[in-house]
Amino acid sequence: MQKPMPSPSGGVQPRPVEVRDLRKVYGEITAVDGVSFGLESNSVTALLGGNGAGKTTTISMLMGLVVPTSGEARVFGADMAHERHKVLHRMNFESPYVDVPMRLTVRQNLQIYGRLYGLNDLAGRVTDIAAELRLTELLDRAYGKLSAGQRTRVSLAKALLNEPELLLLDEPTASLDPDTADWVRTKLEDYRRVRQATIVLASHNMAEVERLADRVIMLEKGRVIADETPEELIKRFGRETLEEVFLAIARRGGGSAELAP
Amino acid sequence: MTTSMQPLLRPQTTVAASAGRVWGMVLRYWYVIRSSWPRTAELIYWPLVQMLMWGFLQTYLAQSTGFASRAAGLFIGGVLLWDILVRSQLGFSVAFLEEIWSRNLGHLMMSPLRPIELVIALMIVSLIKLMVAMVPVALMAYAFFGFNVLTLGVAFAVFFANLVIMSWSLGLVSTGVVLRWGLGAESFAWLVVFVFLPLCCVYYPVTTLPHWLQWVALSLPPTYVFEGLRGIVLRGTFDGTLMVKAFALNVLYFSLGFAAFRYFLQSARVHGSLVQMGE
Repeated sequence: MQKPMPSPSGGVQPRPVEVRDLRKVYGEITAVDGVSFGLESNSVTALLGGNGAGKTTTISMLMGLVVPTSGEARVFGADMAHERHKVLHRMNFESPYVDVPMRLTVRQNLQIYGRLYGLNDLAGRVTDIAAELRLTELLDRAYGKLSAGQRTRVSLAKALLNEPELLLLDEPTASLDPDTADWVRTKLEDYRRVRQATIVLASHNMAEVERLADRVIMLEKGRVIADETPEELIKRFGRETLEEVFLAIARRGGGSAELAP
Repeated sequence: MTTSMQPLLRPQTTVAASAGRVWGMVLRYWYVIRSSWPRTAELIYWPLVQMLMWGFLQTYLAQSTGFASRAAGLFIGGVLLWDILVRSQLGFSVAFLEEIWSRNLGHLMMSPLRPIELVIALMIVSLIKLMVAMVPVALMAYAFFGFNVLTLGVAFAVFFANLVIMSWSLGLVSTGVVLRWGLGAESFAWLVVFVFLPLCCVYYPVTTLPHWLQWVALSLPPTYVFEGLRGIVLRGTFDGTLMVKAFALNVLYFSLGFAAFRYFLQSARVHGSLVQMGE
């Protein structure tokens, strides 16, 4: 694990994300079992794994929505179990499984979230983000009347409203047509580059992960079984694509945290 | 990206920032009320039906019994005050349920909105919904039965405050229960207030209850409000000590309600309920 970076003021700046020996147990089920990793600025890290691998629970603990059984998840130095409100304005989240109010228009939704994040120039920022995400024509339409692709763009606009330094994305292109999905990925690449943001991506789309992520953390039964670049993982397994690697891992039978090709 | 010299975000820990977040949530609920006339009509519907039913019953009884003719306004006043308790609690709880129905809770919990700010917003929204529901009904009570709630004067303001504070306490508990157990507990939020209808002696004096149940009734703030109403209507006197007792109990219940809300929220974070919100 790399050491925290020195800040311009000379002090030590905490990493955007630092996860140490994170465990979450629900009754007799261990959802996350001793996960540790640290994330740097200007990086995209994909959390991969089959259903029930522990991706959502790990991300939920990063957001502070779930309290770990043991270990800790720190974001910009703040322990998310106890002091999440110190840093929530520096992060944001997008998922097709979480909506914004259906009856409200796109503009109303963005303005409400703009107030929650404390935007200085609310109207200006809403106009800018709408233009950036091709939503200007939709601003006065109810969110519930939009197509899946349009809703994804609204969710992305909400997620980028506060220009988060840490962006958590849960399947950001699920249910999108290939053209719109490609457009969203380009936006995310641009955002990461311009904002030097830390992006955590949970996705089942391996082509998307290969394109966006410079690091893959693979989970199985709540444990990290691989933590390397997509290229390294593909090479180690002697495969052509990340999808083939994922299938090879998923079909090998599991049972051991030790991952061998 | 932002190019102006002004920072994108305001400082987050000031009172102004907190007020801005509360205002954002109030707007969110106001937009919902404004966007749907059936919802607005629904707010008025039940209080109106209840007021008409009790009003006509009182009119009928007044023609046949001496007591009812002396007690003009007892039933209509009772139903109007009872509806303040019910509508305010439902206004609080249903506004929160909107977040779960619209699958918005995850975004809210991930935003800088603090639990206390959400609670304050829900309290304000419950007052707004109460006004939307009760002002037309109070006007109709005057038009149909000549009952003017404002003739209760200062007493009405004190009754109103005590009932609304109690409704918030119930709203906090029911919202906490839904946070912890999801929509499976939704019916609790809808029904919890109705156990107070017999216990708070809305339409009869506390002495009507069995002795042991009187103690239960006297531990509930609304009981003192309805006793106070009967004092004004039947004897023409306003007993301030009843309202002091009600207020003291309300302070206790509201503190317990907020503690319960915080406990259930923390419990939801431990059990993972916030990310699995549903039935």
